[in-house]
Amino acid sequence: MKLKEYYHSVTLRRDKCRGCTNCIKRCPTEAIRVRDGKARIIAERCIDCGECIRVCPYHAKVAVTDPLSSIERFRYRIALPAPTLYGQFKNVSDINVILAGLKNLGFDYVYEVARGADYVTAFVKQALKDPNRKRPIISSSCPAIVRLIQVRFPELIDNIVDVDSPMEITAQLARNEFCEKYGVKPEEVGVFFITPCAAKMTSIRNPVGRKESSVDGAISIQEIYGQLYNQISKLKREDVAQMASPFGVGWANSGGESLALGIDSYLAVDGIQNVIRVLEEIEDDKLTDLEYFEGLACPGGCVGGPLTVENGFVAKNRIRKLSEKAKGRPVSEDELHEVGQKISWRLDEKILPKPVMKLDDDIVEAMKKMETIKEIYESLPGLDCGSCGSPSCRTLAEDIVRGYASEMDCVFKLREKVKQLALEMIELSEKIPGGRKEKERQE
Amino acid sequence: MTGGYYSIEQVFHVKAGDFASAGEASSQIKKILKQLGIDSTLVRRVSIAAYEAEMNLVIHSVGGELKLKVTPQSIVVTAEDKGPGIPDIDLAMQEGYSTAPEIARELGFGAGMGLPNIKRCADRLNIQSKVGEGTLLEIYFDIKAR
Repeated sequence: MKLKEYYHSVTLRRDKCRGCTNCIKRCPTEAIRVRDGKARIIAERCIDCGECIRVCPYHAKVAVTDPLSSIERFRYRIALPAPTLYGQFKNVSDINVILAGLKNLGFDYVYEVARGADYVTAFVKQALKDPNRKRPIISSSCPAIVRLIQVRFPELIDNIVDVDSPMEITAQLARNEFCEKYGVKPEEVGVFFITPCAAKMTSIRNPVGRKESSVDGAISIQEIYGQLYNQISKLKREDVAQMASPFGVGWANSGGESLALGIDSYLAVDGIQNVIRVLEEIEDDKLTDLEYFEGLACPGGCVGGPLTVENGFVAKNRIRKLSEKAKGRPVSEDELHEVGQKISWRLDEKILPKPVMKLDDDIVEAMKKMETIKEIYESLPGLDCGSCGSPSCRTLAEDIVRGYASEMDCVFKLREKVKQLALEMIELSEKIPGGRKEKERQE
Repeated sequence: MTGGYYSIEQVFHVKAGDFASAGEASSQIKKILKQLGIDSTLVRRVSIAAYEAEMNLVIHSVGGELKLKVTPQSIVVTAEDKGPGIPDIDLAMQEGYSTAPEIARELGFGAGMGLPNIKRCADRLNIQSKVGEGTLLEIYFDIKAR
């Protein structure tokens, strides 16, 4: 179980890492250190947001996803394209072309995650009617944000809506529909998410809020982009029924999810640092009257995911245009009731806090460590240069106290020490008979 | 439990009218408490109270100090200033009563909820004030054994 707990999609390619400070500085949970010239990810802290993948100039941070060939493990294969996929291609004005292209890549069936998003919207609308739920209700759709809340905002866990993500809901809908239609066994069917995002991969292997994922694997948009592009340019139009509503497609963009809910008092925030700022305010009760909070780790929303190909701003605009043409209708109440019976759409496992920032389990020990951290911090230069491998002087002080670093990791401390040693050596050298002072006396 | 009398203190200076750095002291306090492993519900209560106390110093006082003291049994947040003092504490404790100046209200503060909010979050509250001398606000929280 322990191993599973720390599975991460985001990993380091040691050979490419140059040990610079770009990633350690940007990590929102201070989960990266440079030690012995290479970055190291602290597994307990990493939330798979992909920020380091985005900022690494040497592409040393990668997201491990499944290769397209992995679908061959299954007799029947279903593709679940994230709505973000639609915005990746130039000159595509019909979503059906993309869905048909996916079938040509070896999938037997395609089910839009955007349609699953329509169901999520309907379930969340129900949750919003319940006055006893803690406000603001927080979206569960961005897995990096759910993990961020576990690590940094445990007090807000109860605000997370207990409706599962579009990916999980779509996976069940797709498998059920396919098995019913063709009379095959569920275990013969492999369901694959086409992902813009590393955190989704992690949530398939190690879900939060549910025991097991209904998805068998995740293939990144980057992995299939080239092949899919070739298919699309060949296709004219194929008979695939696009089902998602304009709102479902709009989920790819930040604010799309909230817009679909049709409520007034919501806040949609994208970019993980921005989300942190707002969660701080929610935690401090500063945002009263807020009904719903949609927080997305990537800039612009899922269109800005680290595993996409197209510029997020361009993609955002395409999604807007494509969503206007989407043909599906919102989910009716009867439909919702029926689907609600068939699939498990609730997050029924308790989401647990992960207080990794805590210094010690014992409060007195924690207090002692805090005092030592303060002392060490005051002796450091306060430049936050990152040369020591920790993101800031403050974190270096914490790392020293936690036993992961030493004061001499600080280049300024080291220089001081060298200077002091050099002076000591000069002093010592003068004590040697026949040294400089001896000679001066003779002259 | 060993070290029952162990305590740590941290003092933050809060400038009057400095809205640019307002809130920094209470956010530091929140970070410290999280690192100490204090229960998250209590952390939330303390940081809300500390924020309100800090804003009171910024808006109403001539400037002062916000102090955090933690022992294994309790958390105390103290806000102390050198003036102008509160003429009628009972009135100031009433919800909706505010003497905040126009500039604070324009920024969305001064709803008259500061002190009542602090009281709601705290386990105990001690407030002493003398017009012309200053105000001392002590906010007490108990750390319950888990």
